[in-house]
Amino acid sequence: MVAFPDSAIETIGRDRDIVARRTRLLLITVLAATCIFSLAFGAAGTSLWGALYKLANGQTLSDMERIVLWDIRAPRTLMGAFVGASLAVAGAVMQGLFRNPLADPGLVGVGAGAGLGAICAIVLGALLPAAFINLFGNWLVSAAAFLGGWGSTLLLYRVATRSGRTSVATMLLAGIALGALAGALSGLLVYMADDRQLRDLTFWGLGSLAGATWAKLFVAVPLILLSICAAGFLGRGLNAMALGEATAHHIGIPVQRLKTVAVMTVAASTGAAVAVAGGIGFVGIVVPHLLRLATGPDHRMLLPNAALLGASLLIGADVIARVVIAPAELPIGIVTAVLGAPVFLWILLRRRGLVDL
Amino acid sequence: MLRAESIKVAFGRKLVLRSVDFAAAPGHLTAIVGPNGSGKTTLLRALTGEVGHSGTVTLDGSDIARMKGWELAARRAVLPQSAVLAFPFTVIEVVRMGLSGGTSGGDKSVPGAALRRVGMTGYTDRLYQELSGGEQQRVQLARVLAQVWHPVWQGRARWLLLDEPVASLDIAHQLLVMGIARDFANSGGGVVAVMHDLNLTAMFADAVAVMADGQIIAQGPMAQVMTDDTLSRAYGCGLRVGLPPAAGSTFVLPHTARPIHEMKPEFTAVDPAHSGTPC
Repeated sequence: MVAFPDSAIETIGRDRDIVARRTRLLLITVLAATCIFSLAFGAAGTSLWGALYKLANGQTLSDMERIVLWDIRAPRTLMGAFVGASLAVAGAVMQGLFRNPLADPGLVGVGAGAGLGAICAIVLGALLPAAFINLFGNWLVSAAAFLGGWGSTLLLYRVATRSGRTSVATMLLAGIALGALAGALSGLLVYMADDRQLRDLTFWGLGSLAGATWAKLFVAVPLILLSICAAGFLGRGLNAMALGEATAHHIGIPVQRLKTVAVMTVAASTGAAVAVAGGIGFVGIVVPHLLRLATGPDHRMLLPNAALLGASLLIGADVIARVVIAPAELPIGIVTAVLGAPVFLWILLRRRGLVDL
Repeated sequence: MLRAESIKVAFGRKLVLRSVDFAAAPGHLTAIVGPNGSGKTTLLRALTGEVGHSGTVTLDGSDIARMKGWELAARRAVLPQSAVLAFPFTVIEVVRMGLSGGTSGGDKSVPGAALRRVGMTGYTDRLYQELSGGEQQRVQLARVLAQVWHPVWQGRARWLLLDEPVASLDIAHQLLVMGIARDFANSGGGVVAVMHDLNLTAMFADAVAVMADGQIIAQGPMAQVMTDDTLSRAYGCGLRVGLPPAAGSTFVLPHTARPIHEMKPEFTAVDPAHSGTPC
């Protein structure tokens, strides 16, 4: 067989790659801009520019400026970036793994498990021994959410794995069953909860970045960062999975390892994100979807771009959440849903004629 | 050599392959033929390690169960019977996926050349899901070719394992695809193809394995295996193999088919389920 030199065909075929690379540059710019926005706007009228001017001239900042900018807005912005990135990347990985554009991290039980953990902590937390409560302090809900999310994913993974092979379909079905069970238990606890606990529950469920502190960042960020970096290596494998598991294996993809790494990174990063920020919907589905429409489904491009767009989107939503009814603030989950759902529907309507999304 | 020894496969209680021995040589196109449900595809899947089985499959003497996924991917490519795709990838993106598994990864010209080889040059940026079934089949073939672009690599033959490669193609493209498989074998590579079309098998195959009811009932050079007796027994249908006077190549003439009990008395169907086939 003769290998025809055919560079012309290659250059046409590279088009989507070039668009994806340009999109990445654009997204980096957008992320930088939203970060600056997020640092500059807030309920307190503290000026970022004023503070920077002072720093540039060697003056010291006022306590107010230091607290607002460094202790409140900075960790909040970073938290938004990492939570948004982790939700978007986890969504993209799940969609690739399940070969379904509607999959999200909820499918591996992270959401249901984390929700149950958080509700347990809020409603039953007071029943724990005082020494235990003192040890965890404000971290009790976050820790319970993370353990709940991670634990339920491990359980699902066990159920779906037989003699070294994980059945994605079994995992999906078991996830629905486990989700229903967790929902029922959560319902029971909600029924038992008093008014104050109900309020806490509702707010947790809607998500918020208001609790962001440097301390929480130091715990959550390494986990999220590690997971996102690990997910970055899954691109080629997830592309091959689009052809089916058997074909991915024939191409030389270690399919079982791919599944394990994908499930574990999603559980860790989403678990950490949900633990620090509560339930934030829509980012995991809308972000990968928008990018797929713009630059195609190649996961090697999709995963990094999803991290960037997810981060910008969540920071942007957080700015809106805290500016719109200042000095009070909206739960961020409401903002992402109000912004995300209509955009999503509009895209679906406009693209209805297209083959399988 | 691609060799399978005493392969048994059971789906639940049903024994689909009952101790099958199979061998294919590099430089040859080996066809596996037989009626529906005779175990052709299952045998191919056992050869690729896709279904669990007892017995061993060896590639040039090494057990494929012990080989790493990437090692196997560098040595053989597999064309599945039906090819689904989850996301809207373009044609060239699908073909490039084959590259990542093989050893021609550095050669940027391979995907374009593979597409040209299957007659789909103008399709590079079309969405795979918008193509017809036959076009999708050819894109998948291009992907598989890209994976093992050079039939001989580092002095060793590479393999194409094809499951009904011409199933959804028109006659011209059937000839094109079989020609590609033929060329691959002529250049020193090995080809194993599950085939339904006996005439194409007779035209292109060097060796044929005839399966019936989970067993190989005959295996060897094409002209020795494709006989009235063997084919009639396998398909449970009186078939007569003839030679056209001009070209001199073997073909099966369905026009001469008749019920098996009208054949010689010693002809009985291997699988009793097929003996009632009206023909």
